Amino acid sequence: MQIPCPWCGLRPLDEFAYGGDATKKRPTGKRQADTSAWVDYVYIHDNPAGRHREYWQHVGGCRSWIVITRDTTNHAISKAELAPPDSRGGRR
Amino acid sequence: MSGQSNRLPSGGLIDRTRVISFTFDGRTYSGHPGDTLASALIASGIHLVGRSFKYHRPRGIYSSGSEEPSALVTLGEGGRTEPNIPATMVEIFDGLVARSQNRWPSLSFDLMAVNSLLKPFFPAGFYYKTFMWPRSFWYRLYEPAIRRAAGLGTVAELPDPDSYEHAHAHCDVLIVGAGPAGLMAAQAAARAGARVVLADERAVAGGHLAGESIEIDGRQCADWAQDLYAELSELENVRLLPRTSVFGRYDGLTFGAIERVSDHIGADTPNLPRQRRWTIQAKQLICAAGAIERPLVFEGNDRPGVMLARAARNYLNQYGALPGRNVVVAANNDDAYLTARDFVDAGADVTVIDGRPQEIVTGSALLADGVDVRFEQCIAQARGKMHVSSVRLASVDGTGESEIGLPCDLVCVSGGWNPTIHLLSHCGGRPRWNERIASFTMGKLENDVQAVGGAAGTFDLQKSLHEGVAAGVSAAKACGAKPSRTVTAPSVDKLPSYGVQALWRALDSVSKSGAAFVDFQNDVTVADLEVAEREGFGHSEHAKRYTTLGMATDQGKLANVNAIGILSELLGTPIAETGTTTYRPLYTPAALGTLAGQRQGHEFRATRHSAMHAWHEKNGAVFTDAGLWLRPYYYPREGEDFAAAVKREVLNVRSAVGMVDVSTLGKIELKGPDAGTFLDRLYINSFSKMKVGRARYGVMLREDGMVFDDGTVTRLAEDHYFVTVTTANASPVMQHMEFCHQVHWPELDVQFCSVSEAWAAMAVAGPKARDTLERIVQGIDLSNEAFPLQSVANAKIGDAFVRVFRISFSGELAYELYTPANCGLGVWEAIMEAGAQDGISAYGTEAMTVMRTEKGHVAGPELDGRTTADDLSLGRMMSERKDYIGRWLAARSGLVGEGRIQLVGIKPVNVGDRFRMGAHLVNAPGAIGPDVSHGHVTTSVYSPACDHFIGLALLKNGRNRIGERIFVASPLHQEIVEVEVTHPVFVDERGERMRG
Ligand SMILES: [Zn+2]
Repeated sequence: MQIPCPWCGLRPLDEFAYGGDATKKRPTGKRQADTSAWVDYVYIHDNPAGRHREYWQHVGGCRSWIVITRDTTNHAISKAELAPPDSRGGRR
Repeated sequence: MSGQSNRLPSGGLIDRTRVISFTFDGRTYSGHPGDTLASALIASGIHLVGRSFKYHRPRGIYSSGSEEPSALVTLGEGGRTEPNIPATMVEIFDGLVARSQNRWPSLSFDLMAVNSLLKPFFPAGFYYKTFMWPRSFWYRLYEPAIRRAAGLGTVAELPDPDSYEHAHAHCDVLIVGAGPAGLMAAQAAARAGARVVLADERAVAGGHLAGESIEIDGRQCADWAQDLYAELSELENVRLLPRTSVFGRYDGLTFGAIERVSDHIGADTPNLPRQRRWTIQAKQLICAAGAIERPLVFEGNDRPGVMLARAARNYLNQYGALPGRNVVVAANNDDAYLTARDFVDAGADVTVIDGRPQEIVTGSALLADGVDVRFEQCIAQARGKMHVSSVRLASVDGTGESEIGLPCDLVCVSGGWNPTIHLLSHCGGRPRWNERIASFTMGKLENDVQAVGGAAGTFDLQKSLHEGVAAGVSAAKACGAKPSRTVTAPSVDKLPSYGVQALWRALDSVSKSGAAFVDFQNDVTVADLEVAEREGFGHSEHAKRYTTLGMATDQGKLANVNAIGILSELLGTPIAETGTTTYRPLYTPAALGTLAGQRQGHEFRATRHSAMHAWHEKNGAVFTDAGLWLRPYYYPREGEDFAAAVKREVLNVRSAVGMVDVSTLGKIELKGPDAGTFLDRLYINSFSKMKVGRARYGVMLREDGMVFDDGTVTRLAEDHYFVTVTTANASPVMQHMEFCHQVHWPELDVQFCSVSEAWAAMAVAGPKARDTLERIVQGIDLSNEAFPLQSVANAKIGDAFVRVFRISFSGELAYELYTPANCGLGVWEAIMEAGAQDGISAYGTEAMTVMRTEKGHVAGPELDGRTTADDLSLGRMMSERKDYIGRWLAARSGLVGEGRIQLVGIKPVNVGDRFRMGAHLVNAPGAIGPDVSHGHVTTSVYSPACDHFIGLALLKNGRNRIGERIFVASPLHQEIVEVEVTHPVFVDERGERMRG
């Protein structure tokens, strides 16, 4: 299997490390005081049969964290992008 | 030497000018280059080559390819012994040693064949049912007996002396199978400019064409195939992989394959690996893997001398080996008539038994008048003991009189053809029943996958060639190639149509279904399927597990579809509802050595050495693994055991000075105006306000609030930090930091980089550490006033740059020195020399563990991913004034307050007692069970300072239980030790030594 790194192109799976569910946003601002928001962020992850967004890191390459959209039923990757900021935004 | 009595004087792809001699079961035989072990044995008149798995029935050569279920042999001797190799896939070479399997004392006289008489006692589900009997019987009696009697070959117990390797290939188009369709596809794709890999498991290209007598473009088809293959070998954009089995398809068109590089040459190939495992990355797959012929199912269909019809003519045409002279061809399709024709042409007497009505048969036109063809008949029974001697016929519908004894010495059977769809379904595709060919084909394929020829259910040579061209062109186009020269398929003689009509088993009422084999390799019969169906295991997936059908080395290549057909008849359900089988890698068995490749022994994984490794070796260090690192464990001197050496090393540090290699720590440098803020958000304590030139212990949590890692954070300049992380977490911490920076806080202006390999590091500890270092460290005043605990400064030792940190893990006056890795050995030796008069000695990781335990410092065993900072008495470090990773979930209920396990020390009440790491803490000596544990021992060492064992432990509400007496229990070792709960610091509680 290969994963398309936005910087490095199509690279073999072994160069990447899985980083988990990318649909979750880290609680910020007022939500930080809400424990249930943290529990949701850390523990409550869907395991869909079909398209899923997930973090991967190109550890054996450019070290970028990326988000790929993968169909869990056939591993088809429909999108790969640099991981967008998940909290305060700001400059990149 | 035995002569080649069944070798024809001419014809085939063998070189009769050279003779090769080999042994089989100790007897010497001869063959020619181009022969397989199977063809050479057949040429020598040998059919009996093995005994069956369960009943030890005599078995012969059944096929001519990798699907062979019966003719499995053991090759080689000593460490090179390899069992269960199909004789059909072994190319002979001078000195080849092959042996038959599963027989005792000899192949022709096998005492275990008595199992055959006990067959009524070995029905389907036998093994499961036997478990119901008294347990002691199973262990003592049945299992050992069955294990001795059943089975295939025996593996070697010596190390394998051969070498193996891994290789990678990338291509536009991978074509699996170099038969007619695959060759055309390769030519078309290659001429269009695509990068092509063409792999085939056999040594000779052409697929079945190598063994046919058919004309293509007016030439013998085998010659046509050889010429085309030779043309392909000249092309730069084509990589040919003969003798290569593509064993699996994985996601994203990644393939695994095994190339038998030198198996056919023998052992005398010092510069070649024996086999090579390929990882092939393709953009397009063309599966041209052909098809596998189905056996016919009748009583005695496993007798030596019964053989697949195309295999028989393969031996005749490719090898000039005549497997029989008095031939019965039994079939349900027209392809088998080519076998009948070729054997007639070779001078054999041939009778054809065709299960179909005459009006739909086209193949008989190939035969000269006078050849005996019987329609709507099938074989009900093959007779003969070590070899087939006659067959009894019956009508296909089971009615009417059966005919007695038709004498023969070869029975060629064809029950139709199964497309080789394994690779097409490895990634989850489900095969579908295809009525036209009475077998399974794949439904809709993925965009980048095509099937052609037999693999697609096309059993028409001309059409296969056309399909190959079309697939090659379209695959090349899909990869961006622009076909300029067109390739056209050559024309072929008109051949009979396939015209199969399913015939799953002989329905004759007299025959015994208990001797009608469906799976030869597992000795599964029609009777076994009947039992499975009767007992409710009729679905193909159930029947497979109940009867073991389709398992072992051939994975049911011949058996599966026949079994589904028979089960469908037994159940009275259409085949589509009876199920199919799921094909999974590997297509053919692989030697473990090939899968391992070069990764064996020391090369199993990388080994990391610190810059001072040579010194450690020279000074007798015993090493221990720390991840990939080899670290000095202890340095025994003459006459010292482990305990004595560690004790000496510890006492030397506590009384004089010692040095330990800490190069394996992870090291990360951070720069940028926001570096301090970044660290504040990663660690529970703050570093943005720390003064330049200072170092401080830091702890980081995971997002769930548990402790992740600890280490030292140093501020080298206003915007420049240096952190160390534990050896084990060096890479996870780096990934975590990168995630936090790239995803959580990209607005922070900070850059960081792992510098773990750039620095060698050593700790110098002990009351005389300063004396030693003052002699050689230039550029800083090491006095306590000028350089107190937690100071950092740059200095030099000789010409080497060193960064000196005053930090202590051992609890003694101590310094850590970091120097560029290439200076590590020199600096280490200089310190050793300078400290000689102070009595310096090196210490290993065990002495380090002893001293950190004496000081109550936590390490890996305490940071086990389930402990909070407060559990480890580090809670006061948790800042209230800032946000950091893990802060919020660390505060949730359940992780704070009553009932948490907390870090304590323990010491034995009887000073001579010892206890072990991992043992549980209980209130009473007899307490055993899941609910009685109050925690566990995390670290246990002998403390020279205390002169008894001490330990660190995680104890429920431990901090309030100092002074209590409890028990350390290890029921596995039947150990119970009474201990006293103590404060975790055993030595220098007030920390005066390290400040001195
Ligand atoms: Zn990359």
